[in-house]
Parts: sequence; C-alpha cells; structure tokens
Amino acid sequence: MMTNYTITRTDWTAVFRAGGSGIVAIVRTVRNIFTLALRTPAGRIGLPIVLIHLILALLGTWLAPYDALEHHLEHQLEAPSWQFLMGTDVFGRDILSRVMSGAGSIIGISAAGALLGIALGTIVGMGSGYKGGKTDEVVMRIMDGVMSFPSLLMALLVLTSLGKSAVYIILTIGVVFMPPISRVMRSTTLALKTQEFVQSARMRGEPVPYIIFREILPNTWSVLAVELSVRLSYAILLASSLGFLGLGVQPPSPDWGLMISESRRYLVAAPWVALAPAFAVATLIIGVNLLTDGVRQARRLPLKGTHP
Amino acid sequence: MVRFLAVRLSLIILTLLVVSVIIFMVTEVLPGDAAQQQLGQSATPESLAALRASMGLDRPAYVRYFDWIGSALQGDLGESLKYKKPVAEVIGPRLYNSVILLIFAFVISVPTAVITGVWAGVRRNSFGDQFVSIMSLVGISLPEFVTGILFIVIFASWLDWLPSSSILLPGTSPLTRPSILVLPTLTMTGVLFAYIMRMTRANVIDVMETDYVRTAILKGLPMRRIIFRHIIPNAMLPTISVIAVNIGWMLGGLIIVENVFAYPGIGSLLLVAIVSRDVPMLQALSLIIAMTYAVSNLFADLSYGLLNPRIRIS
Repeated sequence: MMTNYTITRTDWTAVFRAGGSGIVAIVRTVRNIFTLALRTPAGRIGLPIVLIHLILALLGTWLAPYDALEHHLEHQLEAPSWQFLMGTDVFGRDILSRVMSGAGSIIGISAAGALLGIALGTIVGMGSGYKGGKTDEVVMRIMDGVMSFPSLLMALLVLTSLGKSAVYIILTIGVVFMPPISRVMRSTTLALKTQEFVQSARMRGEPVPYIIFREILPNTWSVLAVELSVRLSYAILLASSLGFLGLGVQPPSPDWGLMISESRRYLVAAPWVALAPAFAVATLIIGVNLLTDGVRQARRLPLKGTHP
Repeated sequence: MVRFLAVRLSLIILTLLVVSVIIFMVTEVLPGDAAQQQLGQSATPESLAALRASMGLDRPAYVRYFDWIGSALQGDLGESLKYKKPVAEVIGPRLYNSVILLIFAFVISVPTAVITGVWAGVRRNSFGDQFVSIMSLVGISLPEFVTGILFIVIFASWLDWLPSSSILLPGTSPLTRPSILVLPTLTMTGVLFAYIMRMTRANVIDVMETDYVRTAILKGLPMRRIIFRHIIPNAMLPTISVIAVNIGWMLGGLIIVENVFAYPGIGSLLLVAIVSRDVPMLQALSLIIAMTYAVSNLFADLSYGLLNPRIRIS
C-alpha cells in the first residue's frame, strides 16, 4: 500500500503544520489548565505547588543560597539553623541548596521522558493502527510483551544495558511509556480512520504522512493531553525511584531520589538530610496529581450540573 | 467460555514468549559477559576465548536463547555468577520472604480499601469523602521510598518502636521475627490501599448513578439493602480486576520497599544482580516477576469474564 513512497516537500509542510497546530493546542491547553484548575479545590491547591516547583526548576540553582556541590567540612551533618536552613549533609553541603538545585534535573528528565514516550507511542500507535493487518498484529503483540513487565523492572533492565546518564534515563522512561500510549493512540486512530474526512483525504490521493499528521493527529490532542497529565506524575515517580536505587543520575548531583538513598546511613542521627528531598519529591507528585485531578473534575463539572 | 479461556491462554503464552525474548535481548547487550566476569582484569584474549568456548558463550545468540529457555522450562535456571550456586537455590528462600510480604500487604490493604471505598462512594462529596479522597491522592502520590523513609524516621528513630531495617539471618523465616515485617508491610499497603480505594469509590459512584439504584431508592428500599444488594455486587465487578492487576503492580513496589528496609526478598536480590551484573540471576528474577505479572493480568481478565457474561461472549 505504501511501499514505494518517498517523502516530498509537501509532506514536510504537513508535518510542520501539524507541529504548528500542536503548539497552538499546547498554548490553549495551558490557558485552559489555569482557568479550569482554579475552579476546584484540588486544582487551587495543586496549581501553586506545581508553579513553585516550576520556578525552582528554572531558577533553583540561581536562587539557592549556596552551591549545591560546595563542601563546608566544618559543618557536617548539622541540624537546620539560620546559616543552613535545612541543615547540612555528611559533606557539609547545604541541603536547601541541593534540593533547590535538584528540581531542574528531576522535572526536566521526567517531562522529557514523558514527552518522548508520548512521541514514540504516538508514532508507533498511529502507524500501526493506520497500517492495520499483520503489521498491526505483530506490533501490538510486542507492545503487550513490553507491558508484561512492571514498569520499574523494565526501566531497570533497559537502564542496566544502556548505562547511567540523564539522556539514558529519559530514553528509558520513553521506552517504558511507549507501549501503553501506543495502545491508546492505536485505538484512537482506528476510530478516526473510518471517519469521512479521513476517507475523503484518501480518495483525494493524499500521501499517507499527510493523512496521519494533518488529518488524524490534530483530532487526538485531547487524548494526548490526558495521557501527558497521567504520564507526568508516573515519570517523576519512576525517575526518582531510579535515583533512589542508585541507577539514575549519579553522585554528586543533587538528585532527590539519590539524596534520600544516600541519607539512609545517617537517618537516626540526621533525619533532615532525608526529610527535605522526601518532602520535595512528595509535594511535586502530589501537586501534579492534584492539578490534573482538579482539571479533570472541572471539565466534568458542567456535564454533571445538567445531569438529573 | 471454553473459547474465551483458550484465546486468553494462548495469548498469555505468546506474551510470555515475547517477554523471554526481551529479557534475553536486554541482558545480551550488557557489556562484558560471564566469562569476562569470572576472569576479571587478569583475562587474556586466549583464556577468555577458552572459557567462552567451555561455557558455550561462543555459540550464536539464538542457540543460547533456546538453550536458556529450554532449561528454564525444565526448572534449571543456571548458576549464579555472584553466589556460585544454582540460581534456584538462591532465589528459593528469597521468594518465600517476598511472598510473605506480599500476602500480608494484600490481606491488610484489600478489605480495608474496599470498605473505605464503598463508604466514601456512598457519601459522595461529604466531608468524610473529600477527606478520604485527598488522603488517597496523597497515598498514590508518595513514592514507596518516601513513605518507607518517613516510617523509619517516625517509628524506628523517634518512637523507637520497631526496627529500622529488616535484615534477617540466612535460613530464618521473617515469621519468627514479625516486628521486621511491620514497616515494609505498612509501606506496601499505603499505595495499594489508596489505589484500590480510589477505584472502588469511582465504581460505587458510577453504580449510584444508574437507573436501577435510583429506582431502588425511589421505591423506598432501606439504604443498607440498596448498598449490599444493588451497589456492592455491581461495583465489585471492575474492582476485582483492578485488585488482580494490582498484584502485578505490587511487584514494582516490592523492588523499592525491599531495598528501603534491606528486606531479603527477590526485590533486593534483583538490585544485587543488576549491580554485580549477575546475568543468569537477573534473567531468572526478571522472568519470575514478569511471569507473575502476566499471570495476574490473566487472572484479572478471567475473573472479569467469569463475572461479566457480556465480555465473555463478545
């Protein structure tokens, strides 16, 4: 069906246009999130928490009172004080500064991983669903196989074979998230494929990439937005868990999971070393979950209002 | 029903085949093989080649795959590179410990979560419901290592009620020292409870909005009867499959929880296998975990089909 096909210039325009409509959709989504989130209690709590974390992610290193890697050897394992607001760790590094500087890496890695997973899942799911037949069957069986691993185990296996670096963690999250997203995108594509506007594009003799990117993809943004909101908190959970197991970002980076893992030896003498990053990662995930829950509730509210 | 069973069973076999190939492929690309591992730094190219030949590592990958999966099917999981013992011998007691932990977590969380879920769902949007819902959202948001560390700080270091780590003498059962089980079980329970409770609550709310429940309310049936006769049986249907899926989900949590508490189960063993690049051990553990996951998913499917004829027939 699409064997001897070469991508021509018009197709790239289609891809860019799809990207353009994607950016428009993202801007609109962000605006919607703000207005919708403020309608529910969950969103009103979640939004400021997420915003604080985002500010830390962007400016944390700059706002932090000390350098995250700077050793203050005369202040080892000190309890919180005016000089070190959240205390110091075993090398005398300021915990507050480390937590603030660590926000960027965990949020960046999780967001990039979730987006990569969505991109991969979309391509595989849409391609497989659009192609149909044997290819679809085989691709979906493989996806089922990958999904037969608990995601943490899959991530550990992939990461072990790749090695430990931020890029590989992003890749791992992307690979682990690809199968469930591809299933969702596949069923969405199957539903859209039979619609008249797709059929007529095919009748007009439009090339396959045009149909996929320009006709089908723009109709899936709402599905993708929901997926992204679900995946984001999973990604943070996964990335910080990998850090905790020592397979994520390597020391001396101020990675929250890693900081908690390193603090275990001094848990009795210096619990603050663990509590600060634990609080940070907990509030980040709670914030994201509250925000997405709030938006979801708010979107359903008018519907429920009309229900008898 | 027989057809439904046959289709599901053949699918699971196919899935397990894909799973075993993935495990083999992933462990295959690990840098350094078993021969390299054994000889370490002192390896000369000649001795490496000789050892590879004697271990059968010079054969093509697909031959080794069939060799591995063939012996695994007969119960021979190979020899651990780190422990220098048959893998099955090392895994056996560890698996027993993990299963005990899983059973405790499951038995505690499932009934309490279902009861709380029904309770909250029936009182939708009341103060109690909102409180439980927010708490459960916090519950699913907290990573296991955060809850675990919090429990250690509170119960082990501040209150000094329970031991902070669950280290066991080799050859002893955790049941002889129940105190070491408390914190790991509690940590596993947290996420599980929150997740099952949320699903139960959502299902109860769905059922509450159906016409038959409205009819039951309008014809004046006592609320107790409506809850036990109309709502619970119908809300349980999707909840049961959620619970079965969660058995698999717990396995991921197991890896974290066992490492937080140094509990000697398969989760902590997995990390040891990864760090020490013990490939046969890693393969065997991955296979066990993935198989349990697949089987619990199958169980979820089957229970759903068994309880809901609409799924079974279509």
